[in-house]
Amino acid sequence: MTRHEALKHILAPLSDGDLTLFTTGMISREAFNIRDRAENFYMIGSMGLLNALGLGLALQAPARKVWVIEGDGSALMSLGTLPLIATFRAHNLIHIVLDNEAYESTGGQPTISAEVDLAALAEAAGYERVWRVSDPASLQKALREAVDTTSLTFIRVKVSGRAPEGLGRVSLTPEQIKQRFAQALTQA
Amino acid sequence: MRTAHEFWDILKSEGVTFFAGVPCSLLEGVINVGSADPTVTYIPAVREDVALGIASAAHLAGRRGGVLMQNSGLGNVVNGLTSFNLIYRIPVLMVVSWRGYGGKDAPEHLIMGEKTPDLLQTLGIPHAVLEADTLEEHLRWAVSTMEQHQIPVAVILRQSIVA
Repeated sequence: MTRHEALKHILAPLSDGDLTLFTTGMISREAFNIRDRAENFYMIGSMGLLNALGLGLALQAPARKVWVIEGDGSALMSLGTLPLIATFRAHNLIHIVLDNEAYESTGGQPTISAEVDLAALAEAAGYERVWRVSDPASLQKALREAVDTTSLTFIRVKVSGRAPEGLGRVSLTPEQIKQRFAQALTQA
Repeated sequence: MRTAHEFWDILKSEGVTFFAGVPCSLLEGVINVGSADPTVTYIPAVREDVALGIASAAHLAGRRGGVLMQNSGLGNVVNGLTSFNLIYRIPVLMVVSWRGYGGKDAPEHLIMGEKTPDLLQTLGIPHAVLEADTLEEHLRWAVSTMEQHQIPVAVILRQSIVA
């Protein structure tokens, strides 16, 4: 399964009001092109900061689902935040790592996630439900159960393939991303 | 010298009650009193940039957030400030303790102690050094400035100002 396919599976069934946060690089660009919505927050810089923002949002908006969707490079950069999220039992947070074992945006240099089991790290950190998936059917099952459960969930999705050719950048300014996201969060 | 209770009373009156941070001995009283206050949220973050990311969520939810940190942690928040808060215009109140002030401290604090105001200046973060007799004025200035400009603002806390 390519990352693009995985993102389509993740984005298609989202409920209105679900907050979705995307990490810097190709994941934000692909999500923007697949299904842009006001509740999408594209973190265009600050690699490694997304899951901390996700924890803050899960605490600030306990009635919302908060989806943190990042890559293996981003997750590896901020491993300390995993036990912090688990400690605060942010049950409305769903943490997804799209693991292609590479820093794709900078030329595909390998990360260490081919050797390091990010799902095992999430288990050790205290996530209550941890999925290791690599095909569409298991991803869809994991997503359905993540939405239904109150157990803090981490889904590691092994993905392959490069982003589609000619994929456009996020055409919103950072301020526009913030303003419409904050509006969607506070006025609903 | 002012009390940590007075410090929090000012922040609560300004609606800044969602905090994350990394401790400093100079912030011991502030963190202990804030943690014990049911109207204040304090998340013990694992790094200062993580604290910044958590606290930033308050603004997105229409509220006000802050970080508590030692000035040594400024090095850890530079990227978050420049490629997140400053470009998305997400205000956060940064309460930064000042180790190494006046060149009298343990060696690991001396360089950042000397550079702390200059570093904030370079980053374009408005800042003020808190004094006991101007505590209200400076904290209210910090909150109004961060809301007006929609960027983080720092208040710097030396030893023996708030305990």
